[in-house]
Amino acid sequence: MSTVTVPIGPSRLRPPREALDPRVRAWWRLHVVAPPVLAAVVLAILALVLPGAGAWLITALVAVAALGVATAVWLPGLWYRRHRWELTDDAVYTRGGLVWIEWRAAPLARVQTVEGLQGPVQRWFGIATLVVTTASAKGAVTVVGIDDDRASALAAALTRRTQTVPGDAT
Amino acid sequence: MTEPAVETTMEGSVQSSAPNTPWRRLEPRTAAASGVVALGAGAAGGAPTLVGIGIGDASFPMAAVLVVAGVVLLVGAVVVAELVRLARTRFRVGPERVELCAGVVVRARRSLRCERIRSVEITADPVLRVLGLAALRIGTGTAASASEKPLELRALRRADAEALRRTVLDPSAANRRTSNQAADRSDSTADDTLLTSWDPSWLRYAPLSTLTVLLGVVVPGGLWRAADAVGLGDDATTRTVDAAHTMGLVGSLEVGAAVIVVVGVAATVALRAESWWHLRLAREPTGTVHVSRGLLTSRSASLEERRLRGVVLVEPLLPRLVGAAGLEAVATGLSSGGASGRRHDADRSDPKELVPTAPRGLVERVAAAVLGESVVPSATVSWRAHPPAARERRVGWATASALVPTVALAVLGVVLAPGFFALAAVALVLAVVVGRWWGRAGYAALAHGVTGPWVVVRSGMAVRRTVVLRRAGVIGWSMAQTPFQRRRGLVTLWLTTAAGDGRYAIRDVSEPAALTLAEEVLGVTASGACVPVS
Repeated sequence: MSTVTVPIGPSRLRPPREALDPRVRAWWRLHVVAPPVLAAVVLAILALVLPGAGAWLITALVAVAALGVATAVWLPGLWYRRHRWELTDDAVYTRGGLVWIEWRAAPLARVQTVEGLQGPVQRWFGIATLVVTTASAKGAVTVVGIDDDRASALAAALTRRTQTVPGDAT
Repeated sequence: MTEPAVETTMEGSVQSSAPNTPWRRLEPRTAAASGVVALGAGAAGGAPTLVGIGIGDASFPMAAVLVVAGVVLLVGAVVVAELVRLARTRFRVGPERVELCAGVVVRARRSLRCERIRSVEITADPVLRVLGLAALRIGTGTAASASEKPLELRALRRADAEALRRTVLDPSAANRRTSNQAADRSDSTADDTLLTSWDPSWLRYAPLSTLTVLLGVVVPGGLWRAADAVGLGDDATTRTVDAAHTMGLVGSLEVGAAVIVVVGVAATVALRAESWWHLRLAREPTGTVHVSRGLLTSRSASLEERRLRGVVLVEPLLPRLVGAAGLEAVATGLSSGGASGRRHDADRSDPKELVPTAPRGLVERVAAAVLGESVVPSATVSWRAHPPAARERRVGWATASALVPTVALAVLGVVLAPGFFALAAVALVLAVVVGRWWGRAGYAALAHGVTGPWVVVRSGMAVRRTVVLRRAGVIGWSMAQTPFQRRRGLVTLWLTTAAGDGRYAIRDVSEPAALTLAEEVLGVTASGACVPVS
């Protein structure tokens, strides 16, 4: 029998240990690129229909396309480096955000439900979202992109573990 | 895992948990009450029309007939609709579940497990009160979806509503009561512990609010609109303008300010009296905190004590200066309304409010009694101050906001006349002084601490809030850092709870202090998120 005691003392925040599944970058890229592509298509159609305003519309189209390409190239990588998560014996931790960095923690003893969610596009990429909810309306901890098999295994394991702890402090 | 608090299904698909409990119906006289309200609304709409036309006018008899017919139709339609609704609504309260079957066309049956019930409110507007009726609203903490909105019974006989409230909150008492009804009922009122009751002298705090100025402007404006609607608007306007001419600029400003103050004070005092007169805050033997209040409309709310996670002492700037504070409950099932967007102004019915603005010492004693402590934890806690960087941030933000008039005046100096530069210089000095004072006072309010089973968090300058939260009620944390905070090594820590606002912020605390507090409060090591300082 050995118990590990973590000293309560001055400590600093550190990033959680695990990175997301690398495929999440492609999924994010799709998300980021979709609105500018739609906007560009609309602008292109308008430019064809309204030749009078053509120069204007093409300028706007180029601007939108440039913005879309820039965000699609940069954002997913930045997000990928910033988003991290970790599961310990006590709690689930996540970190996310670009400018506004946010850490979240949900102690397993207070977890109500654990779900693996997978949208159609996520399925195509083979990733899933793990949602760990507590009784608080604002306490859900969401891990956006992890391997889908792993997500369902984690959801099942966490559900078993949280069931053994009675009460959810509601 | 946890079942949803309320199950909504089509009729017939719910397995009845207590087939022997008889179904009950709402009180039929509710239709009469709704009819009276409709009559009032019709009269309020119709009377100005008739006054506007004028009795002498040739079209008056015709208009009068039309208006009366319209009002009669409206009242009739409302009464019939209510009678149909009442006939189609039935409910029953069993030992395990409260069931409601309602809906005129689509019948929906809602079933609510008693153990999931977090709060019961009883309200009675003046019409219901005259008829001896009251509406009952049963809430289950999670207001996440429409299917989990409170279950409302409108209306029952007053005594039935009271009895039902006690039954719903304590099913075991209900079982006892069936065997020994009369004795138990007299018991349960006798054993209440009165925590506080209304003191008319508290009305003196009512005008110490921004509401005073707001109502001082809005009420005369509303009166003018009403005068305009009945054709007296032009007359009122010319009289006002004439009076202003005779008084001159200074005189009319003085009179205007006096009107705003007098009307504002009268309106806030009236509002406070209406919603808080007859206040009675008591603890019932079933372990429920019960608030009842209201002069014309009576409201009463019950909070199950084990759902009570803490209290908030609310001290807006002006009441704070005269040593007054208000008290709110932090309980599951009482969202602050922020999520559902149902936040009314400070004086409307809101079950989380326990005591209106009152002398601080008294409010603290009530807070202690509500929490079951001898002294309020915020008085015994050893406060931990926040790092000086938090003060710099506050002074910085306050000064920046105070500089807005300076910038505006300087722009006017460039655009209009250089004379504005002198004013801008005065505004600059004022901004620096006021910003520094405001920021420092805000920093002085900023503190947190842990004492016994409680975590205490204090912050705010315009409204200082002291949150006393049961540590066991905290179910997680989150931290966030803006680029400004990162440069100074500060974070904002939120303690998440199932109660109240859902999470409570501890702003601008140092990273190590935030991690220490998270660990102390949750009893879980923050090892997944931190490294020791080397």
